[in-house]
Amino acid sequence: MAKFKELPNKLPRPPGELQELERAWKIPGGFRLISAVNNQVIGILYVGAAFLFFILAGILGLIMRTQLAVPENDLVGQDFYNQIFTVHGTTMMFLFAVPVVEALGVMLLPQMLAARDLPFPRLSAFAIWAYIVGGLVFFSTVFYDLAPKGGWFMYPPLTLKEYSPGDNADFWLLGIGFIEISAIAGAIEIIVGTLRTRPPGMSLTRMPIFAWAMLIFAAMIMIAFPAVILATMLLEIERSFGWPFFTAERGGDPLLWQHLFWFFGHPEVYIIFLPAAGLVSMIVPTMARHPLVGYRLIVVALIGTGFFSFGLWVHHMFTTGIPSLSLGFFSAASMAVAIPSGIQVFSWIATIASSKERFRITTPSLFVLGFLFIFTVGGVTGVMVALVPIDFQVHDTYFVVAHFHYVLIGGMVFPLFATFYYWIPAFSRNMLSERLGRWVFWLMFIGFNVTFFPMHMAGLLGMPRRVRTYPDGLGWNALNMVSTVGSYILAAGVALFVIDLFLRFRPTIDKSVDDPWKAGTLEWLPTGAYSTRSIPFVTSRDPLWDQPNLAREVEEGRHFLPGAPTGGRETIVTSPVDARPQYIIRMPGPGWSQLVAAVFMAAAFLLLTIKAVAIALVCAVISIGACIFWGWKLDHGPGKGEVDIGAGIKLPTYMAGPKSHAWWAMVVLMLVASSLYIAYVFSYLYLWIVSPEVWAPRGSPDLPGAGWPIGTAFLVIAGTIAMALTRPMLPIPGRREPAVPPLIALAAGCLVAAFLAELWGHLSTGLRPAENSYGAMVYMASVLNFQLVFACFILAAFAIARYLTGRLDRERRVTYENAALLYYYAAAQMLFGLVLVHGFPRLAG
Amino acid sequence: MRRGAGRVVLLSIASALSGCSGVQSALSPSGVEALRIDPLFWTATGVSVAVTLMVVVLMALALYGPLRWRSWLGGDRVIIGGGVVLPIVVLTGLFIYGLFVMQAGAVRSAREGEATVTIIGKLWWWEVVYQGPDGEEIVSANELRLPAGRPVRLRLESDNVIHSFWAPQIAGKLDMIPGRTNEVVVEATAPGISRGQCAEYCGGAHALMAFYVVAMAPDEYDAWLAREAGPAPEPLTEGEARGRQVFLENGCGGCHQVRGTEARGRIGPDLTHVGSRMSLAAGMMPNDVDAFARWIVENQHIKPENKMPPFRQFGEEELTALAAYLDSLE
Repeated sequence: MAKFKELPNKLPRPPGELQELERAWKIPGGFRLISAVNNQVIGILYVGAAFLFFILAGILGLIMRTQLAVPENDLVGQDFYNQIFTVHGTTMMFLFAVPVVEALGVMLLPQMLAARDLPFPRLSAFAIWAYIVGGLVFFSTVFYDLAPKGGWFMYPPLTLKEYSPGDNADFWLLGIGFIEISAIAGAIEIIVGTLRTRPPGMSLTRMPIFAWAMLIFAAMIMIAFPAVILATMLLEIERSFGWPFFTAERGGDPLLWQHLFWFFGHPEVYIIFLPAAGLVSMIVPTMARHPLVGYRLIVVALIGTGFFSFGLWVHHMFTTGIPSLSLGFFSAASMAVAIPSGIQVFSWIATIASSKERFRITTPSLFVLGFLFIFTVGGVTGVMVALVPIDFQVHDTYFVVAHFHYVLIGGMVFPLFATFYYWIPAFSRNMLSERLGRWVFWLMFIGFNVTFFPMHMAGLLGMPRRVRTYPDGLGWNALNMVSTVGSYILAAGVALFVIDLFLRFRPTIDKSVDDPWKAGTLEWLPTGAYSTRSIPFVTSRDPLWDQPNLAREVEEGRHFLPGAPTGGRETIVTSPVDARPQYIIRMPGPGWSQLVAAVFMAAAFLLLTIKAVAIALVCAVISIGACIFWGWKLDHGPGKGEVDIGAGIKLPTYMAGPKSHAWWAMVVLMLVASSLYIAYVFSYLYLWIVSPEVWAPRGSPDLPGAGWPIGTAFLVIAGTIAMALTRPMLPIPGRREPAVPPLIALAAGCLVAAFLAELWGHLSTGLRPAENSYGAMVYMASVLNFQLVFACFILAAFAIARYLTGRLDRERRVTYENAALLYYYAAAQMLFGLVLVHGFPRLAG
Repeated sequence: MRRGAGRVVLLSIASALSGCSGVQSALSPSGVEALRIDPLFWTATGVSVAVTLMVVVLMALALYGPLRWRSWLGGDRVIIGGGVVLPIVVLTGLFIYGLFVMQAGAVRSAREGEATVTIIGKLWWWEVVYQGPDGEEIVSANELRLPAGRPVRLRLESDNVIHSFWAPQIAGKLDMIPGRTNEVVVEATAPGISRGQCAEYCGGAHALMAFYVVAMAPDEYDAWLAREAGPAPEPLTEGEARGRQVFLENGCGGCHQVRGTEARGRIGPDLTHVGSRMSLAAGMMPNDVDAFARWIVENQHIKPENKMPPFRQFGEEELTALAAYLDSLE
C-alpha cells in the first residue's frame, strides 16, 4: 500500500464519535460480565483459568514428589498415585499448556494487530466456557476417586474395559476429547484473526513474531489434534461397544493408538513451545532496545519446526520393536528439529548482543535468560534421547522426565512468567513488583534445577517413570530427596508470584500502564474496550519505534476507522498477505447463546461419561438449539452500505464469497475435518497391514455388490449438483424463487440417503463392527460420515429457514455458502470413503 | 544345609551389591548391548555439556562482553554459524555413530541359532520360559539366568497390557506388546547379579514389577538348567510334607504349578523351584520362610491389586508348614 502524504483522518473529530465507539464496545457490568465477549475480558478469564489448572496440577506434582522423597513410602496409596500422575500430566498438557498459549493469543493478538477484537468473538467465548466447565469437572474427578489412571498417554490395552473397568478412563476420553474441540475452535479463530484482521499496511513481513508463532501454532493444532480426536473416538467406541480397534486377538493393534497419539503428541510439544518462543522474540528486542536480529530466519525456523514436528512421532516408540530402518529415519528427523531451535537461540543471543547500551535486566529478561539456559539443556538432552541406542536405555525413565520438564517448563513456563511480568502492565493499573519478581525468578530457577537436574541421574541409575515407590539400596534415595526439596523451592517461587499478583494486579481496560518498557509493537498503544481509538496505518515491524507520533495520532482518531459507523462492533478486514483494507466486519456483542451452548455441550459430554445418555441427549439438543439461535443473529446482510474509514477509502460492511471471513473459517474447518479423515485412512491401512487376514474377502463377508457403492456415489453426486444449482437460483434481494427450498432439501436428502445406503449395504452382507478390526473400520467410516451428514442437515435446514424468512438472497448469502462448502467437503469425503472401503479390499484381496 | 549352599552364596553377592548402587544402573554395563551403548552415551553427554557451556559463555558475552565482541555477536553470521552449521556438523557425527551402534545390535538380533528364553509380562510379574536342550519348555518366573559369554535370544511377549523388559546392566529396554513378539539377543560378559524392572506403565502395581538377572559361568548355567528342568524336590521334613498337603488341599494348584505334583495352574508364577530364586513377588521381597508366610497373608498390602487373594484362613501351624514347603522348593 502506498504511503499517505497525510494521516487518513483529519482533526477535529466530529463530536459524539468517541462516545459512539464506547457505547458499541461497552462491557456488560455485574453478573452480566459472563456474557461479555471482548477479547480483553475473556482473555483474562482464559489465562486465569489456565493458570489455576497450572497451580492445581502443580499441587499434584508436589504430592508425588512428597511420596517419592524417601524409599518405600506409604504416604500415598498406589491407586491414588496412579490417578494423580495421570491427572498431573493430562492437566498440564491439555488444561494448562495448550489453553494458556491459546489464551495469550486471544488476549494479545488483537492488541498486537490493533484489531478491535478477534473475528469471531462469540466463538472464543464459547471455546473458553466449554474449556472452563469441562476442565473443572475433569479435574474434580481426582477428589472422588473417579480420575483416570492410565497415564496421560492412555495406552490400550491398559485403558480398555477389561483392564480399566469403571468410568475413570471415560472421563479422560470424553472430557479431554471435548476440550480438544474447544482448542480447535480457538485455532480457527487465531488463523482467521492473524491472516485477516491485521491493520492496514502490516504485510506478513511486518507481522510481529508472536503472531507468526500463533499462526503456525493454530495450523499445527489443525493438523495434529484431529489425530488424537480420532484416537479417543476409537478407544471410547471400543470401550463402549467392543469394536476391536486395539485388541490384537480380533485384528486390532495396541500400537495403532500409539501412532495416532504421538502423531498428535509430539507436535503438541512444539505447539506449546512455538508461541512461547514467539513471546521471547517480542520481549528480547524490547529489553535490547534493538529490532530482532534475524527476523526472517526466525520465521523460517518457526515454519521449519512446525513442518519437522510431524515427522518425529515415532521417537516415542523407539522401544516398541519397530524395524531399524524406520528408527534411523525418525532418529534423523528428531535431531534435525534441533536446527530451527538453534536458529532461534542464536537470534536471541545476537539481539541481546546488539543491545543499545546494555541489555536491560528486568524480571521479564531474567525469565528469558533462565529460559535460554534451561531450554538449551532440554534441547541437548533431547538430542541424546533422539539417538536410538541411548533411548533404549533412558526411555521411560526419570531421565526422560527430567528432559521434558526442561523442555516444557524451560521452554514454556519460564517464557510464560516473563510474559506475565512483561504484559500485565498492558492490562492492569499497576505493574507487578520488580523487587518481588526477582525473588520469584531466583526461587523458580534454583528450585527448578534442583528438582529436575538430579532426575537425569536417577534415570540413568535405573529408576523408571510412573512408579509410586522404589526400594531402598538402588542409589536413588539422595537424588529423590534433593528433587523433592527442589520442588518445594520451585513451589515457593510460584506462591510468591501469586502473592505479587494479589498485591499488584488490578485488571482494567482503559487505565493500564502505558508502555512501561518503551516497546515497539502495537499492543502498547493506548486502548479502551474498543481496543485503539483508531486503527493505525503500519509502515514497519516496530511501528512505535519507527513512527514516533503514532500513539498520539491513534489516540486522536487520525488513523483508520476512528468511530463506529455502523453503530455496532466492527473492525477492518484486510487482505491476507499485504494487508489492504477489504471490508468492515460487523461483530456480535455480549450474548448468552454462546455461554448456554458451551455449558450444555460440556454437560452432554460429561453425562455421557457416566452413561446418563438420555439427559446427555437433552443437553446436546439445548446446546445445538443455542448455537442455532446464535447463528440466526449473524449474517447481517449488506443493509448498512459502505462506510468511509479514512484516506478516502470506502469499504463495504458485508462480504460473501472467498474474501469473507466466514468462508475462510469454513475452509479451515474443512481442513480440520480432512485431517481427521486422513488419520482414519491411515488407521484403516495400518490395521490392514497388521492383520490382512481379517479383511474381506478372506476373513470377513464379501463386500456388497458393486451396485451399492455406485448407487451411493450417484446419490452423493446428485445431491452435490442440487446444492450447486441452488447458487444461481438465489433470488435478487426482495424477490422470491420457490425452487430454492426444495433444491436445498433435495441435496440434504440425497446425503442422508447415501449415508443410509452405505450403512445398509454393509449390514446386509452380515458384517458386524464388533466382529473384527475390519468390520470396525468399515463402520467407523460411517461414524465419521454421520458427523458431517448431521452438520450438513442442520445447516441445510437453517439455510431453508433463512430463505423462508427473507434472510437469504443473491447478496446476503453467507449462510448458503457455508452450508454449500461443508456439503461439498462431505460429498468429497464420502466419495473417497467409497473408493477406500469398496475398492481397496477388491484390489488388495 | 546341602540345598541352601548355593542360595547363601547368591544372597551374599546380592547383599554386597545392595550396598553399592549400580545393581540397576545403566552406567555399570555388564552385557554386550549395554557396553556398546555406554561410550555413545558418554560421547553425547560430552557434546551436550560443551554445547551448553558454549551457549552460556555466548550469553554472558552478549550481556556483558566488550562492545567489539558484542557487535561481532550481533550479526546474521552468528545465527547461521551457531544455529545451522554447528548443529548440522555435530548432529550428523552423533547420528552416524548412533546408527553404527544401533545397526550392530540389529545385525546380532537377526542372526539365528542362540538358545531362546521367552519372557511374558504378567500383571505384575514375569513368566520366564527357558528352552531345554531338546527344545522342551522349562517354566520359571521373575528371574532371568544367563550363561556368561554366550548370546541368548530373548522373546518378549504379553497376554495382557503392554510391559517393557529392561535390565539396564545387560541391554536397553524392549516393549512386550500383546499380539506381537519382540526379540533381542543379549549376552552377559561375566558372572554377576543385576536387577531390572518393568519400564512401561502397566497400571496398578507397575512400580512393584522387578526381577533379577543372574549371569553364571556357562557350565554352572547348564547344570542349573538341568536341575530347573526337573520336578520339584520331595519334602525332606515332616513340616515340609505337611506344607505340601496344605498347598494341595487349599487349591493353590489352581493357579500355581509345582511340577511333580498335581498342582498344574498356569495363572500365577510356576513354583517348582521357587525356593532357589533370588526374590519373591517379582523382586519385592527376600526369598525366605518368613517372606513366604507374609506374602500368603498380606500380599494385597505388599503388592496392592495383584491377582492373588490374601489367604487369611490358615492357622499358625498350617502357615508355617506351607512356608517351609515353598522355601524347600529349590
